[in-house]
Amino acid sequence: MSMRVELDVPKCVASGQCVMAAPDVFDQRDDDGVAILLEEHPGDELLDEVREAVAICPAAAIRLVDQ
Amino acid sequence: MVVGASAAGLAAAETLRREGYDGTLTLVGDEPHAPYDRPPLSKQILSGEWSTQQLPLRAYADLDALNLDLRLGLAATGLDVTDRTVRLANGSGVPYDGLILATGVRPRRLPGEGAHVLRSLDDALALRDRLSPGRRLVVVGAGFLGAEAAAVAWRLGCEVTLLEPAPVPLAHAVGTEVGRVLSQAHLDHGVNLRTGVTVAEVTEDGVRLADGELVEADEILVAIGSLPNTEWLTDSGLAVGDGVVCDQYCEVAQGVYAAGDVARWHNPLFGVAMRIEHRTNAAEQGMAAARNLLAAPEARRPFAPVPYFWSDQYDMKVQAYGYLRGHDEVAVVEGDLADRRFLAAYRTGQRLTGVLSVGMPPKAIRAWRQAIAGGATWREAVRPENTATEVA
Repeated sequence: MSMRVELDVPKCVASGQCVMAAPDVFDQRDDDGVAILLEEHPGDELLDEVREAVAICPAAAIRLVDQ
Repeated sequence: MVVGASAAGLAAAETLRREGYDGTLTLVGDEPHAPYDRPPLSKQILSGEWSTQQLPLRAYADLDALNLDLRLGLAATGLDVTDRTVRLANGSGVPYDGLILATGVRPRRLPGEGAHVLRSLDDALALRDRLSPGRRLVVVGAGFLGAEAAAVAWRLGCEVTLLEPAPVPLAHAVGTEVGRVLSQAHLDHGVNLRTGVTVAEVTEDGVRLADGELVEADEILVAIGSLPNTEWLTDSGLAVGDGVVCDQYCEVAQGVYAAGDVARWHNPLFGVAMRIEHRTNAAEQGMAAARNLLAAPEARRPFAPVPYFWSDQYDMKVQAYGYLRGHDEVAVVEGDLADRRFLAAYRTGQRLTGVLSVGMPPKAIRAWRQAIAGGATWREAVRPENTATEVA
């Protein structure tokens, strides 16, 4: 079973907190700073960082789901 | 046990589980709703762009997976740190081994009845229902909340008057020049911004100013700041003074931590005690408090964040990192104030302590955040002629 990252783009407020928490999984668009999902299925070694990003996102726009 | 079921309290509860705590975890909140997000209240909820379905902080399944003893619609009314018990409004007592206080703030109000405030979902829905084209809205207070609400009401076609006691709105927070630029946006959009105006009371017909003038209104929003919810701790013996007083670990007393809007803690990065009412701080501090509560004493880590906030007003996106209050100098280091597209740096003493951007690519500001986090001096970060475009 792997984990999938869901990014609710319309909710994103472009704070960049996810990029700081998990730079291998998230980036920001250059123009408006909205988050970009680089890795929908991050490896196990990245999951702690993703969980940190989920917790710290000020828009509650990220979910990590079992699939 | 976590008291307060908003962003800070939820972050604390989640972190306790992530860090391996698998015992009973009680989360108490005085509102009846499942934990929801507040920043959209003065933006997408007030404008009607979002339904309330988009507001929960967590999907039901994710909340359920935390296996909480979740008690909503129930305020905490007292704390006995000797017996390690929190008293609730229904008369019951909940024993705890560790406790995190995250009871937030409530809006300050004015004398008189009938004005709106904007803190809770119910507040936002009540105001939203009253905003329609042509209605006269008076907003008292041109801080970030009042400014956002004024901008939304203007977009909905209301006739908006914004009353502010200071000569320049937000000057205490972001400096006079930046405050002037931000407030000019109200005037440019036809919002009637009046500064240097003190409101004495709310009346049936509008608001009464200190000099006796009546400013007529169909609806009134009072946005004049907040008060920390600490009254329930009065007899607890805990230190309270504009918030719950914590050390740099967010500890209030042995086994008791605080987080979010209610917590006044010593931030070692800036060397001052601060209480931050920002959404990002709520989550960060909830996580930090939870980790320190579980950690062995020598493994605890000081909570030393670079505060961050954003605000959406009209077509402007304002973002800021750092601690801007009490700054000694502001320098525009990129862009131009007049274009409402700029990045301003803030100096306190010899340090770069903050940056604020309007209309700039958000990625650009992150390099400045790193400089603040690293304790950069003003001289390192900003060229002497104040025209720097890069961070040392």
